[in-house]
Amino acid sequence: MSIEIQDVHKAFGSLEVVKGVTMTVEKGEVVSIIGGSGSGKSTLLMCINGLEPINEGRILVDGTDVHGRGTDLNKLRRKIGIVFQQWNAFPHLTVLENVMLAPRKVLGRSKAEAEAIAVDKLARVGLSEKLKVFPSKLSGGQQQRMAIARALAMSPDYMLFDEVTSALDPQLVGEVLDTMRSLSAEGMTMIVVTHEIAFAREVSNRVAFFHKGRIHEIGPPAQVIGAPREPETIDFLKSVL
Amino acid sequence: MNYTFHWLPAFRALPDMLWGALVTLEIAVLSMVLGVLFATLLAVGASSKYRVFRAAAVSWVELARNTPALFQIYMAYFGLGSLGIHLDSFVALLAGITFNNAGYLAETFRGGLRAVPQTQLRAARSLGMGQIQAFRLVMMPQMFRIVFYPMTNQMVWAILMTSLGVIVGLNNDLTGVTQEYNVRSFRTFEYFALAAVIYYLLAKLVTGSARLLAWRLFRY
Repeated sequence: MSIEIQDVHKAFGSLEVVKGVTMTVEKGEVVSIIGGSGSGKSTLLMCINGLEPINEGRILVDGTDVHGRGTDLNKLRRKIGIVFQQWNAFPHLTVLENVMLAPRKVLGRSKAEAEAIAVDKLARVGLSEKLKVFPSKLSGGQQQRMAIARALAMSPDYMLFDEVTSALDPQLVGEVLDTMRSLSAEGMTMIVVTHEIAFAREVSNRVAFFHKGRIHEIGPPAQVIGAPREPETIDFLKSVL
Repeated sequence: MNYTFHWLPAFRALPDMLWGALVTLEIAVLSMVLGVLFATLLAVGASSKYRVFRAAAVSWVELARNTPALFQIYMAYFGLGSLGIHLDSFVALLAGITFNNAGYLAETFRGGLRAVPQTQLRAARSLGMGQIQAFRLVMMPQMFRIVFYPMTNQMVWAILMTSLGVIVGLNNDLTGVTQEYNVRSFRTFEYFALAAVIYYLLAKLVTGSARLLAWRLFRY
């Protein structure tokens, strides 16, 4: 049970943004990816659940080749939850309906089952009071927590977080990080692309520093953040801390 | 001004005119239903990878939006007639208005589709929904809200356009019935004023029901 990324290259037109990344994330692990913008870290996440095709290499999720010819991506995505920087709430559905939608329509759960799942997940992220509310009435932090609940409702084995606090007002960052912290405490396997260095240091088993489409340095947070060896890592950390 | 108004004959004609209004509404509704179907095809066709479809869709939209509706109806009746294709008045009018509706609605739909962010599709797909499922459950409902009011406008426009049926000999819609009475009595002002009131009420009925429907449908 793991996500294996093997020498992945990804280009948009002639611009190569991921230039040969190899890493394995074991079940139960939390790996944070840090690095400057344009370093390819978000793109890599999109490749992991097949939202973006890749040009070279391969990505195996529990042994299934994500970009393989016969792979049923819809089925594979059920076990890989993703939360985006722009939370992407479905505006025409209430908070409860947002979270119920995929369990009902993708997993084929009954309305009652889906509702029970949704109520449970929304309680987890602290939104029990907001079930009947439309997303437009929520703060950014609440919408982002709803997005996390929506992904969790599919009972994924892996969760991908793509700079989920970057678009939030500073005072709302904490509530989202708290939710993620509790997830990691429960043993959820997570890949977290983030600019929150302190958070990455606290929750991660390993931290990967991306630079110009490559993993420049990877290891335990105490090493990569605490005692970085590469000059680029040192420069980057200096600029964000 | 030495004209004496005689409203009584006009009011006597009211029941017939109301039956005419029903035909008017029938044509408008049919032209909208067909218009929406064709507009959907046009909107899809306009972004097709085949040039033939693209060209056909673009020409339709361009012609429908940039030539008078009167000409479009005239062509359906007399134009096709001179080519040996004889449509009756009702069908010709319906075809003309449908052509016009489809052209305008195609642009409305295209705009509506663009107005829903692609990130919504991405979020839906990331939850394991297939392309069609994501489109139906996430994109369509949002798009529908965006195109709802422009569609209402088009419906009103379709009702008013049906009055052009008189030039292709339609005599049982509201304008047709009114004109029949008019030529018999020449109480032009009274008959057409009454007809105008009925058109006005029909249009208000449409916008009013649309507002009510929107209030029920779009809760967010």
